[in-house]
Amino acid sequence: MDCVATGGNVKVLAKAIHSLSRIGEELYLESVEDGLALRSVNSSRSAFACFLLSPLFFQKYQAPSDQSFRCKMPIKVTLPAKSLSCSLASLDRSVEKCRIQLDSEKNRLTITLHCKHGLLKTHNLSFQDCESLQAVFDKESCANVLQAQPRLMVDTVLHFPPSLEEVNLSVTSDRVWLRNHVEDDADSLRAMMTELCLSSEEFDHFAVGTQTSVTFCLKELRVTVYLCILTRLSPVILSVTDSVLEANFVLATLSEDSHPKKNHVNSDTKHPDTEQPPDDFMSDDMDSFLIAMETSELPGPSHVPTSPPQPTNNRKHSFIEDEALAEGPPNKKFCSLFFGSVLPTPSQLPNQTMQSQEVLASDSEDENQTETS
Amino acid sequence: MKFRAKIIDVGCLNHFTRVVNTVSRLTKACVLRLTCDHLYFVLSGRVASGGVSMWCELSQGNFFDEFQLEGVSADANEIFLEVAPENLSRALKTAQNAKSVKIKLTKKSCPCLTLAAELPSLSSVSRVVTHDIPVDVIPRRLWHDFREPQMPDFDVSIYLPPLKTMKSVVDRMKNLSNYLVLEANLNGEMNLKIDTDLVSVTTHFKELGNPPWGDDGSQSSSPAHRDPDLMAEARVEIRKLQQFLTGQQVNPSRAMCNIVDRRILHLIFLHEDVSLQYFIPAVV
Repeated sequence: MDCVATGGNVKVLAKAIHSLSRIGEELYLESVEDGLALRSVNSSRSAFACFLLSPLFFQKYQAPSDQSFRCKMPIKVTLPAKSLSCSLASLDRSVEKCRIQLDSEKNRLTITLHCKHGLLKTHNLSFQDCESLQAVFDKESCANVLQAQPRLMVDTVLHFPPSLEEVNLSVTSDRVWLRNHVEDDADSLRAMMTELCLSSEEFDHFAVGTQTSVTFCLKELRVTVYLCILTRLSPVILSVTDSVLEANFVLATLSEDSHPKKNHVNSDTKHPDTEQPPDDFMSDDMDSFLIAMETSELPGPSHVPTSPPQPTNNRKHSFIEDEALAEGPPNKKFCSLFFGSVLPTPSQLPNQTMQSQEVLASDSEDENQTETS
Repeated sequence: MKFRAKIIDVGCLNHFTRVVNTVSRLTKACVLRLTCDHLYFVLSGRVASGGVSMWCELSQGNFFDEFQLEGVSADANEIFLEVAPENLSRALKTAQNAKSVKIKLTKKSCPCLTLAAELPSLSSVSRVVTHDIPVDVIPRRLWHDFREPQMPDFDVSIYLPPLKTMKSVVDRMKNLSNYLVLEANLNGEMNLKIDTDLVSVTTHFKELGNPPWGDDGSQSSSPAHRDPDLMAEARVEIRKLQQFLTGQQVNPSRAMCNIVDRRILHLIFLHEDVSLQYFIPAVV
């Protein structure tokens, strides 16, 4: 593989990696049909980001000979390699060209930065093989679609403090509300509540099928064009699209469950009549809470039976909030972000993976967690 | 008890925001006293605040276009609220280009000051951002804690040197010592001194001028009888002085300090429509 990015795209590449670093610890690199995919996921599997760079993004793009090349590496390593963060010395701003080469024999990724004054910085990074990392989501099946200028999104986010963890987004037929979401405990009574109300007229495109309310983590996602809210599925997806670049940020949302029962998700208790989504997400044993998404929603080569396991079926509906304002203390459970292990070739569509799909971890370490039902 | 106010003018809004920002840098919590004509941000000197106290007075007519107040009772037509000025600061921060800002006292899950800003938007319908700032209503029986401080019988009153200069001197002194002595006399001379085992540093200011208190001033021992060269001093924690100087967002039209020898440092900043007084107790 040999890719060269030049000019303004070097900075875009750096910013992409920088925003991925705000999501997760590792950078997943994969050569896909449409170009080069850079992805990251956070440790609790509740946020995922993917940048898909088309060959046109690069001045020169040579895909790896092994079509299904993919790897992962710690993102902190790539950041210095990129050395493009604006806050660093001025030298960093003088990168004119960035070249990424794969040495498959030595299992090494070489990143070469051509800087001003003939300075050349070469970084040799070793990487790990990995499963493909892909969150399962389908933008086409969104019940609600809002499209706006990036400026609007930036302006709305400004009203909330940077430290704000969670934000609630509610839509009705002509209004959008963004509110800070406060945990319901003693402190919350004294917390400052902020609410921003936007009219539908401010959006370039405003199609609200169902009144919905979703709560999600709001971190550094300030570059958005599309705001797509799925009612049937839990995630909130923010996308940026350009002629040569597509970026998707997928965030898990909190389910406003009316049943406060807690359910420990593990192989024993996962039986069809379980109504509750998995229990408190914040425990250490994160992987046991990863649950397959409704297989019917898998895009692409997923001609799979549309009968998902029961628990997921119920979960599907528990996110729909008809009232924009939730009354009373909601019982929050993070709905997991679901990762199908995207199979390398369409022909390999084993039924068995879909039916027993409780997994999503793409790391090989999680393999023993996979068969949980 | 009712309170509603509205700011329409951008200049007034910015000015009000700057005042609130200054107050928020001085203290985490303070009392907001509302009367028909004024707003006061009050911090009463208590052990918790290290003995410093603050009195910031704003004339409401200079900021608000509409102002309606119904106090606790007819004969006590005032409202005292305990508030975190930082919340107010945060709420105002993003409303700087608002078409209007309304503030009112509401009751949500607890008493709140609700700030609603109407922001310019891309469409005909304005964007509205609402902030609910939790407050505590202070009962009337505790109001006496928050009275206007008496002007102390000072020994020397002097105008301060340019704030920027004073601040940079104090900042550097802070690296060397925790305490600073501020001394001044009626000849317009002021010294800032630090004295540690390793080093002593003194910065001298001259020709600062002394405010003519005359009839306004307090005092029995009229400063006029005092030896003009005699210094009155106050030894204070540098941190507190620095905190005060750093918080200032606008250069005051008048900045002065009154010193009660070895007792109190009383700093007074006057702007057109805002006055800010800060009392720092002297340490031994």
